[in-house]
Amino acid sequence: MDPIRRVSGTMAPLPRAQVDTDQIIPKQFLKRIERTGYGEFLFFDWAQDAESEKDPDFVLNRPEYQAATVLVAGPDFGTGSSREHAPWALADWGFRAVIASSFGDIFRTNCYKIGLLAVELPQQTVATLLTLAAQDPDAVIDLDLEQQRATAAGIDDPFEIDAFAKHMLMNGLDEIGVTLLEAEAIVQYDTGRPSFKPKI
Amino acid sequence: MTVPRTLFQKVWDDHVVVAGKDQPDLLFVDLHLVHEVTSPQAFEALRMAERSVSRPDLTLATADHGTPTINRAAGITDPLSRRQVDTLITNCSAAGITAFGLDDPRNGIVHVIGPEQGFTQPGMTIVCGDSHTSTHGAFGSLAFGIGTSEVEHVLATQTIRQRRPRSMAITVEGELPSGVTAKDLILGIIAQIGVGGGAGHVIEYRGPAVAGLTMEERMTVCNMSIEAGARAGLIAPDETTFSYLEGRPQAPTGAEWERAIEYWTGLPTDEGAEFDSEVTVDAAALSPFVSWGTNPAQTIPVTATIPSPEDFDDPLSRDAAQRALEYMDLVPGTPITDIAIDRVFIGSCTNARIGDLRAAASVIEGRTVHDHVSAMVVPGSSQVKQEAEAEGLDRIFLAAGFEWREPGCSMCLGMNDDVLSPGERCASTSNRNFEGRQGRGARTHLVSPQMAAAAAVAGHFVDVREGG
Repeated sequence: MDPIRRVSGTMAPLPRAQVDTDQIIPKQFLKRIERTGYGEFLFFDWAQDAESEKDPDFVLNRPEYQAATVLVAGPDFGTGSSREHAPWALADWGFRAVIASSFGDIFRTNCYKIGLLAVELPQQTVATLLTLAAQDPDAVIDLDLEQQRATAAGIDDPFEIDAFAKHMLMNGLDEIGVTLLEAEAIVQYDTGRPSFKPKI
Repeated sequence: MTVPRTLFQKVWDDHVVVAGKDQPDLLFVDLHLVHEVTSPQAFEALRMAERSVSRPDLTLATADHGTPTINRAAGITDPLSRRQVDTLITNCSAAGITAFGLDDPRNGIVHVIGPEQGFTQPGMTIVCGDSHTSTHGAFGSLAFGIGTSEVEHVLATQTIRQRRPRSMAITVEGELPSGVTAKDLILGIIAQIGVGGGAGHVIEYRGPAVAGLTMEERMTVCNMSIEAGARAGLIAPDETTFSYLEGRPQAPTGAEWERAIEYWTGLPTDEGAEFDSEVTVDAAALSPFVSWGTNPAQTIPVTATIPSPEDFDDPLSRDAAQRALEYMDLVPGTPITDIAIDRVFIGSCTNARIGDLRAAASVIEGRTVHDHVSAMVVPGSSQVKQEAEAEGLDRIFLAAGFEWREPGCSMCLGMNDDVLSPGERCASTSNRNFEGRQGRGARTHLVSPQMAAAAAVAGHFVDVREGG
């Protein structure tokens, strides 16, 4: 994974609350066994109608948002299903970061694992960003991971991020590789496991 | 003197391989459940990194999400779903992982078969690339859903790195009134705390109404913890837990059983242990619930009327309600019992165990499905199906006009052919009423098996307490 120190880019506004992962990537696209190629199915049921007619008003279909790399959305973004296909689809479409006032726990973790920044900002800030992005598609937000700071026109906010996730993201580390350094501790733990635990 | 600890803390502490200090803890995983949809990319990444599966003996796979529930002799006709299941079987076979394929008598929904076979036991850590893994918390295990990158991590190391979530006690006082089920209890809890109410927390459900639930009912409650945003939900193991487990194929026996019981008995939350937050629910005040919107917190008693967006103070909830009403094609003020349905789905990891099927069958016995309704039962596992057939439940359902299908996740998420048509309205015993969940443009109302069965007969929602 490439190290990430900051994400700077224009924003796509999605002013909806409780966007679950079924909306981000509907189930019919979970049958593939690949990790890539989900971008064209992002928000599928919102981006086009049942006759595959694209909704010209949907944010991802509007020409002025095609270059956006930061998605700004309402609270409880990414709730529901654990499908990592949701962050895969967001990243594949071209997003490098998602901003909301709260995220589904599994979704947020999945984002970090694939190098997609999930940044929590207060709802008031998110509302300002939604308005800014709606009025000016060229407005840029800068998310400085090292300093944990979000800056845009009229915004200069700190944000919290799990210190371990930050470390992994900033150094582009392979988490399995890091854990395998603890192989001895894992073996030692296993030796002490109760014998009544089930084995298959 | 030792500091009193919660059940969750004890299970957590007992699985710490490396304590994190300022990092997350590294936890050992006792059981890793795998299915065809969220695992292929993990196996592929392992191969690319030239890594192997660390503990096939602690890994169990089943095919359930995209599998057909009809005409199984023809195999899986959808080429993508077939490739997914074939890939699972090939990956498992190469790694030495036991996989319950479609022809295995132990096949079924991953969260039904674990407990059924006795793999799920108290005090374990259980993970699966599926958010409803919280189901297994019913046994006093710490069980949670993970993404595919984490599936890969667990396959490679049999551990997972986690920050310890906060703890939440949900104490259910009193006892559930007649006609009010475990499904209504959890829907009521989600309506009370909201879809984000449990975020960052592990919930312990406790109190007399919880202690009085059967294991299957406890699984229904813990199953939907994720719908309140919680990382996991668990319930203290007790005699009900032990007697459910005893004699199951994977349960310990003899001296091992005695040792296990001794350990399990020490797991419940100590007196005086503190939770980060506490919620109290009055069981006696609960009714059968019906969801009206497009998230599980948008749920009201069957006696209520469809709310208006103006009922919500918070502008975001108001917008969400407005969108939900439009999607669901509902008018504020409409009594729930006036809502006509087209389809009934009895199934899913929430409500497709034998007790659920018995409950539904008791409502429809001697009656028939309404002319305008098409209804189906999808048992949670091959074993549930077999048990139901041995009791004659299949004949009750078939005589009433239900379809009796093969096990799987089916219409809960509609990855197979079991989907609703646009605009169709369904009384569903599943766990998610998200937009498009059961089919594009489809409208899902979450209910208990009894309420689903009663609605199938009446053609609209009815209060099951009034004789359906």
